[in-house]
Amino acid sequence: MPNDQVATSSAPDTAVPIVDVQGMSVKFVSREATVYAVNGVDFRLMPGEVLCVIGESGSGKSVSMRALMRLLPDKAQIAGKVHVSGRDVLSMTQSELTAMRGRDVSMIFQEPMTALDPVYTIGDQISETILRHEPVGRDVAMKRALDLLEFVRVPSAARRLKSYPFELSGGLRQRAMIAMALSCSPKLLLADEPTTALDATVQIQVLILLRKLQKEMGMGMIFVTHDLSVAAQVADKVAVMYAGQIVEMGHVRDVLRNPQHPYTQGMLASTVHGQDRNKDIPAIPGSPPDMRLRVAGCSFAPRCPHASESCHTSEPPRVALGADRYARCILPDPSRGPNIMPQKVSA
Amino acid sequence: MISYIIHRILYAIPISIGVTVFCFALVYMAPGDPLTRLLPDDASPEVVEMMKKAYGLDKPIPVQYLIWLGNALSGDLGTSIQTDRPVLNEVSKALVNTIILSAVSVVVAFSVAFVLGTVAAYYNGHAVDRLATGFSVLGVSIPNYWFGIVLIIIFSVQLRWLPATGMGPAGSDGFSLLSLDSLRHLVLPVITMALIPLGIIMRTTRSAVSEVLGQDFVQTLRAKGLNEWAVLNHAVRNALPGVMAVMGLQFGYLMGGSILVETIFTWPGTGSLLNQAILNRDIPVLQGTILVLALIFVATNLVVDLLQTAVDPRIKRT
Repeated sequence: MPNDQVATSSAPDTAVPIVDVQGMSVKFVSREATVYAVNGVDFRLMPGEVLCVIGESGSGKSVSMRALMRLLPDKAQIAGKVHVSGRDVLSMTQSELTAMRGRDVSMIFQEPMTALDPVYTIGDQISETILRHEPVGRDVAMKRALDLLEFVRVPSAARRLKSYPFELSGGLRQRAMIAMALSCSPKLLLADEPTTALDATVQIQVLILLRKLQKEMGMGMIFVTHDLSVAAQVADKVAVMYAGQIVEMGHVRDVLRNPQHPYTQGMLASTVHGQDRNKDIPAIPGSPPDMRLRVAGCSFAPRCPHASESCHTSEPPRVALGADRYARCILPDPSRGPNIMPQKVSA
Repeated sequence: MISYIIHRILYAIPISIGVTVFCFALVYMAPGDPLTRLLPDDASPEVVEMMKKAYGLDKPIPVQYLIWLGNALSGDLGTSIQTDRPVLNEVSKALVNTIILSAVSVVVAFSVAFVLGTVAAYYNGHAVDRLATGFSVLGVSIPNYWFGIVLIIIFSVQLRWLPATGMGPAGSDGFSLLSLDSLRHLVLPVITMALIPLGIIMRTTRSAVSEVLGQDFVQTLRAKGLNEWAVLNHAVRNALPGVMAVMGLQFGYLMGGSILVETIFTWPGTGSLLNQAILNRDIPVLQGTILVLALIFVATNLVVDLLQTAVDPRIKRT
């Protein structure tokens, strides 16, 4: 899996990628079952780039993000190469890990309602991160916390500093969460569906804010979402995940306009964008595989309209489709437009 | 915050009135007549009448209650039938001794239980957790009067390390928490008293902390780069209000429920006082002691309530 045709050979970058992941897999081992959550993921992220990871629930996108900072329970086993800003995360000691978390890599979570400690004030929680990583006093940290709240455009920030999370709305809590994540100017921001739990209007505000801050600070950002419109707005690159693998990856325009993997095509076809109300939205038949079982062959084959014999028996290779673009499918052909896949292809 | 405190205190008033009614009614619910104990069996009806008048037992019950309540409010809990001394003196002297015993037991039980419970919660399911949990089950299940006697047999009778009874050669007057000899007298009763609250508080702490550790924000804390010690600090702070409520209740139980332990160790506290008052049908002492203990229970709950409010911002302050 890791040594398929490598798609990024044409990239002449000499800069060190902020994230370099090769053949990363994560399994959760318990007495009852082993769940293979991530099965061989490779991607790179350059400083200042935004990667959107798209996929349905259980596709392994959140687990992959957490694996980047080893923020997983003990029963999780991570394998492969996981380098963040040039350092091997998997060989780090516990104290190196905690020193990295919050300083080099920060994370924003999906549920602003439950992701903040309910019995500490917003100011305490933000300054705690600063105090943890920087040799400054409490007053300085509090002042920085105030600046950060203003930076993420929290109205009447001085008052909010002394507020408890339950006294704030969801949107404000998520802003406070963002302020906390940015407090030590991380090189990489991991955002795990940060807008999913918010109202639609607040969603857009937070998205715009995140994108703006990311540009201002020049951070790398990995943005997990299952909302394609969100991906279209914030991403430079897109990785589509299915059953613990990246099935298609490339620049956001290419992937969304000219999807090559049947799963990406199916997903795009099933989104709502002003089509006739009376027409049914096409859905991908079937359901995602049981992650406790390891399947031979392509994990999407049982649901794929174009699957051939070999799809069920051998895993499809990573097919390069130009610079920084690949699909894990035997079918792709960049010369074809979207949704014009041949019905059958002899292997 | 101040209006909240006043609110809570106002709430405590009707509860306290209920307590006084109950304490007073207790005498009439219990079988037996206090006078039979004082008078010889062949006392003439005239003498009985006279005694009844002297103790005010001839008036209607509601009137008796109001008189008793009025006296109690002015600090007069009546006179002991047995010793002829003012009940207030007897009770307050015993109360100090009980508070010494309970407070030390409470501090011991709470500190040990809180540490054990937190460790057990952190190592949820591991051997440490099972050991600590087993320990707490043992604590709750062992009857403390039996445990106290076993301790006396081992440490006083066999090993002769610690005194078995009392508060020291000079009794409660010579007792001081700063004197080693006094402290030696405290050891066994405190261990015996602390056993049950230790088990209960440990269980409560364990479940509260482990519930907090399962919440989403713990992941945020780790993502911030906090080490496990700091994460645990957050968890404990979150679990504290719930544990404190149980702690307060346990303190109340210790204050009122030390009859067996005090009797075993002949500790001259309210428990011993109650025991004697029951045996002698010394109704004024009984009423006075129960009233004081019940009011302390109410006050403890009030204090716990206020402390909880101080620790947990989510509890409404208005």
